[in-house]
Amino acid sequence: MSRTHINCTINGDETDFLSESGGSLLNALRDDVGLMGVKEGCGTGDCGACSVLMDDRITCACLIFAPEVEGRTIVTIEGLANADELHPLQQCFLEGAALQCGICTPGFLLAAKALLDKNPDPTETEVRYALAGNLCRCTGYDKIIRAVLDAAEGIRASATSGDAA
Amino acid sequence: MDYLAPITIEEAVGALASTSDSRVFAGATDLIPQIRSGRPEPGLLVDLKRIDRLTAVTEGDTSWTIGAAAPTSGLTENIAFSRQFPGLSEAAGLIGSDQIQNRSSLGGNLCNASPAADSVPAMIVNGARAIIATPDGTRTITVDQVATAPGHTSLEPGEFIVEFEVDKPPARTGDAYLRMTPRTEMDIAVVGAGARITLDADGNCTEARIALGAVAPTVRRVTDAEAALIGHPITDDTLSAVAAAASAACDPIDDKRGTIAYRKQVAGVLAKRVVKLAAERAAGTATENGAH
Ligand SMILES: Cc1cc2nc3c(=O)[nH]c(=O)nc-3n(C[C@H](O)[C@H](O)[C@H](O)COP(=O)(O)OP(=O)(O)OC[C@H]3O[C@@H](n4cnc5c(N)ncnc54)[C@H](O)[C@@H]3O)c2cc1C
Ligand code: FES
Ligand code: FES
Repeated sequence: MSRTHINCTINGDETDFLSESGGSLLNALRDDVGLMGVKEGCGTGDCGACSVLMDDRITCACLIFAPEVEGRTIVTIEGLANADELHPLQQCFLEGAALQCGICTPGFLLAAKALLDKNPDPTETEVRYALAGNLCRCTGYDKIIRAVLDAAEGIRASATSGDAA
Repeated sequence: MDYLAPITIEEAVGALASTSDSRVFAGATDLIPQIRSGRPEPGLLVDLKRIDRLTAVTEGDTSWTIGAAAPTSGLTENIAFSRQFPGLSEAAGLIGSDQIQNRSSLGGNLCNASPAADSVPAMIVNGARAIIATPDGTRTITVDQVATAPGHTSLEPGEFIVEFEVDKPPARTGDAYLRMTPRTEMDIAVVGAGARITLDADGNCTEARIALGAVAPTVRRVTDAEAALIGHPITDDTLSAVAAAASAACDPIDDKRGTIAYRKQVAGVLAKRVVKLAAERAAGTATENGAH
């Protein structure tokens, strides 16, 4: 199988790596780049555990061929926190016990980030639709939905207090 | 598998002509799961998304041009497009999750040639045309001429769809697409139904197009149901005739999603509802969207 040299931006850093040309971005991120936060659940687009942002859009890394990311910008879960400071979504997932085994969590967090970046004040229904591509076997979803709504509220509150300051 | 991302149509045509073992793709949301389930890997993957025309969505004076590899999220998020083609936009918006929508294309949905492809009945009722790149230039066919059987298309080896053209609807025209699935999201249609209805000033139907998905090997136009509407207002009687014609037009399979009898019945019910919704849109009285 031929290997391809790929250049892209991952979590803000210009990165280059060699990857199988017919391999998935999921395998490339885990095996060639060493980012283990991206998970494989199904490998067929159904579970969302492999979700990453590509050019700010939520996608399944298992359904992308590695060479497709040439010149693109990728964000994985490793790029969500700001150094030691957790993203409000991560903080709300922790506080709201919105995870158990954690396999689905990176995907849920990135899908939720994609939603809140577009729509800072979603309804519960909008959150449920935006997360329909992410499956969780453990939490029963309610805590996840609640954590996303809490994070959205927190982000809005700090945006308005920031404006006032 | 080798990978190539041409930036012109000519380059793509040339790459496809260089080997008999190549495969074009757009979002790969059908292609990768199929390879993973054991279908043969092509020797050469040709990514169509770096060709500008393949991902452009543009509004002209009388029609829209939609790149065959443009992600469907680009259609559902396009307000002008979604206002003119609410049914086609809704159908495109039913394909999978947000993750899938950011990748899935109309070209892939059509050329994968699943009888249950959601955008296809909606494209057919809108009279969409496919512009096909060939080694000798381009040719144009209507969307209903593309899929010939499950997994098969009329495209010759080395050909691919560049873009779709869809004319803007005439006055007092509405389109709609509804599907029946066990889950609201992330499921495959048991039955899908698209309609485009044009009414005159008195509310009589002057033009009707109805197409059903998942009830036959390819998407099926229901001309008997269309004929039952022409010249008549949309009433319970005409809608009953539509339902009967739709059920009769089905040639479905029995599978885990539904039996033959169930699919026929649901096809009738959905055909009725989708015509009603399209007609309400044509009359400007629609109050809500039919689908999410
Ligand atoms: C989790 C999940 C959920 C899904 N849900 C739905 C759903 O609800 N409804 C639905 O209809 N589908 C669904 N699908 C199927 C799939 O997402 C759609 O059919 C999608 O539109 C395919 O587009 P694509 O660009 O990803 O196709 P690709 O996988 O890139 O291509 C599909 C096929 O078409 C060919 N092809 C692609 N582009 C062209 C072109 N321009 N010219 C000629 N041939 C071409 C390819 O060679 C391949 O054979 C789902 C898939 C997944 C993984
Ligand atoms: S691993 Fe990609 S969607 Fe499940
Ligand atoms: S926490 Fe275990 S799968 Fe979601």
